[in-house]
Amino acid sequence: MAKRRVVITGTGVVTPLGNDVEQMWQRLLKGDSGIKKTTLFDASTFPSQFSAEVPNYDHLADLPADMHNEYRQAGRNSRFIITAALQAWRQAKLPFPINERPAENIPANENIGVYLGAGEGPLDFDNFAAAAVNGWQNDSNEMDWHQWAQTALERMDAIRELEQEPNMPGAYLARLFKLRGPCMSCLTACAASTQALGEANELIRYGNADIIVTGGTHSMIHPLGLTGFNRLTALSTRNDDIATASRPFEKDRDGFVLAEGAGALILEELECARRRGVPILAEIIGYGSTADAFRVTDQHEDGRGGTAAVILALKDAGLSGEKIDYISAHGTGTVENDTIETKIIKNVFGDRAGHIPISSVKSMLGHLIAAAGAVELITCVLALRDQIIPPTTNLFEPDAECDLDYVPNHARKAELNVVMSNSFGFGGQNNTLIIRRWPSSL
Amino acid sequence: MAERRVVITGVGIINALGIGREQYFQALLDGTIGIDRIQAFDPGKFPSQVAGEAPKLKMSKIVPKTQRKSIKLMSRDIELAIAAADGAFRDAGLKTRGTDPDGPVDIDPVRSGVNIGAGLICCDLVELAAALEHGSENGQFSLRKWGKEGMDWLTPLWLLKYLPNMLSCHITIIHDLQGPSNSITCAEVSGALAIGEAYRNIVHDRADIMVAGGAESKVNPMNLMRQCLINRASTHYNDRPEQACRPFDRDADGNVAGDGGGIVVLEEMEHARRRGATIYAELTGFGASYNFSKDFVEPEEQAIGIRLAMQKALREANLSPNQIQLLIPHGVAVASHDRSEAQAIKAVFGEHTRDLSVFATKSRFGNCGAGAGAIDFATAVLALHEKKIPATMNCPNQPAEYGLNINNTKPIDASIDHAMACCYTYGGQTAALMISEWV
Repeated sequence: MAKRRVVITGTGVVTPLGNDVEQMWQRLLKGDSGIKKTTLFDASTFPSQFSAEVPNYDHLADLPADMHNEYRQAGRNSRFIITAALQAWRQAKLPFPINERPAENIPANENIGVYLGAGEGPLDFDNFAAAAVNGWQNDSNEMDWHQWAQTALERMDAIRELEQEPNMPGAYLARLFKLRGPCMSCLTACAASTQALGEANELIRYGNADIIVTGGTHSMIHPLGLTGFNRLTALSTRNDDIATASRPFEKDRDGFVLAEGAGALILEELECARRRGVPILAEIIGYGSTADAFRVTDQHEDGRGGTAAVILALKDAGLSGEKIDYISAHGTGTVENDTIETKIIKNVFGDRAGHIPISSVKSMLGHLIAAAGAVELITCVLALRDQIIPPTTNLFEPDAECDLDYVPNHARKAELNVVMSNSFGFGGQNNTLIIRRWPSSL
Repeated sequence: MAERRVVITGVGIINALGIGREQYFQALLDGTIGIDRIQAFDPGKFPSQVAGEAPKLKMSKIVPKTQRKSIKLMSRDIELAIAAADGAFRDAGLKTRGTDPDGPVDIDPVRSGVNIGAGLICCDLVELAAALEHGSENGQFSLRKWGKEGMDWLTPLWLLKYLPNMLSCHITIIHDLQGPSNSITCAEVSGALAIGEAYRNIVHDRADIMVAGGAESKVNPMNLMRQCLINRASTHYNDRPEQACRPFDRDADGNVAGDGGGIVVLEEMEHARRRGATIYAELTGFGASYNFSKDFVEPEEQAIGIRLAMQKALREANLSPNQIQLLIPHGVAVASHDRSEAQAIKAVFGEHTRDLSVFATKSRFGNCGAGAGAIDFATAVLALHEKKIPATMNCPNQPAEYGLNINNTKPIDASIDHAMACCYTYGGQTAALMISEWV
């Protein structure tokens, strides 16, 4: 079966550095940080008291007034992706709101789908905790389920519970754009939206859809999310120097910084985009997905699965490692990830590894978990467009084991034709994407 | 490249009817109903008090010695997935690092992948409440106290029990599967979508073996409460659990929670033939679409999203509707949902609807959430292979407008060339899978 070519025709973001692609991009190139004291709840006694929050905004502002009621109660993660996807949809010159009769050259709605790497919606923590504490019997150390159920029935809200389901953000998009194509969501931890993009690419390649709204959205900045990562000791606890807490590849890095947001992209079959006469931003040419099959708590020590994902993506693109001009790293700022990711790049690229610029925008944006890969791929699209590489900030003194070119602290002009983005999920799911400048000079 | 065909060579199932392909299918034929009053916790104050609970699992018997440390990181959903995957590999006669820790294996790890549908995993409320208690002052929860000292009462690796990708990850680790690995999270349609995507992984030459399906426990206080809050749970049969789940019946009363998982081994046909595997059936088509709904719970009246998924699956399999003999519907036993699904079935199958056998499985063991679609797929595979269609229970009075051919007495013998499993979820995602006799 011949593979169809897949291009990117729209991008949109909601991030700690702005709810607009251009604004986020300019701030990334300047090296701004989106990391501040946590305000969404009282985290003042938590081991990590900071995060990268999306500043308050009105997600209904972009929607026609008659739609407001239907979208008002969307969960935080769904709001983010609605905003980001609308930007991408409009950039791709797709009609909105959708009329009954499709516009000329627009594929039938059963050929337009959704594929998100979407996190669960935030827990309704106050009511959840109240039910748990009310039900708990201190004398007997057990739960009184009658008490728990009574409190839960009184306090919990049907919609807030439903909004936690990870299929809801995708559901909102399918309804918003009236789509009847495949509607998928995956949640492969920190690799989810890279995986979603890769699998969306496959759906278009093989004719299961012509256009897909894809990307990711997540917010784990809630008490149990922060608790979970703090207990894992995965987060930076640099409470006395918040602005530089996210330090990918740096000697004194002490964990990642929890962030939230969304990234949305419109993927489109090449001929479909040409027929519509819409500007093409870049072409997706390679995708690799593998598992470490090692441990749920640690990455494989030699980066076996990550290495295989990068090699598969290169093979899929039909390219040798020589052609990669820039790597957008997973680069979380944990001791383990950055060392192993460095090994992976050396495993694949050998002597050339030291000559490929690599950077991690997580140094500025923090870690958007399921949404990270999509936002990072959008920065790759922008890097190709502007021929400039965003920096890894807070890289004061590199780790001895991290001895590659991480584009420290300042953006850098470069000739970029083909770039790669890596995402490695907790539990060992690895995903790599390769995109190419458009029009291609290869 | 020659077209790559995908066959089913292993079936692993666990739910209220038992563990393993044989026990499960025999219970279906025997007319057993696995739905009973909830044992896992005292449901006395819940509007819905019945469920289909799967047997307790002894994980040390399933997980190889080298991996036993991880048992404490397994929530019930993860346990169900691991048990079903273990069953599927053993049923397929494939030797993996998990089934034969000491012997040589006969899979190529880099050409073997996984795709397991998972739900919104509920945390163990007893464990969490005991910790939250350390974050409360005078009966009120305090975030400041929690941050300072309460959270230390949670085990450090607590979060790992509840990440939905851990179903897939544990399976890759136990069996050494290094190929494509995904975790679909689309509520009740997760398992069906995971199988569909895994099938395409093999067709498109990304893997030769995919272990795929889904698992979830809906029988815990939080999940049951969620179903009650959205007014979808059965509430009038708490004193008659066996009659509670009534798909397509006039007196359909609501969803009945189940816990369970279904996982199959999908294999590239030549790969299966070379090793002389028993081939149960061929997976010949997959379709996915979306159902519009105002509130994401009530179904789309005409169920166009379900119809489109079925039509796409038929088209991919190059089959016309009248070639299908068996349909396993989602059949959740919520009246408005059943009506809408029946509409979609009639729209696709037209006059053939009269002759199309419909078997609604949930009457027997409840709704296993992310596992539901995968269990239904596996059930269609087994019915085709065994040439028998089990009986739907609790459907004595189907409203005439549904017009479905539901056999509600005893199993019937049937030679099945093609069967379809159809699935949808709250939220709106839909999927359908085509299963054909392998020739």
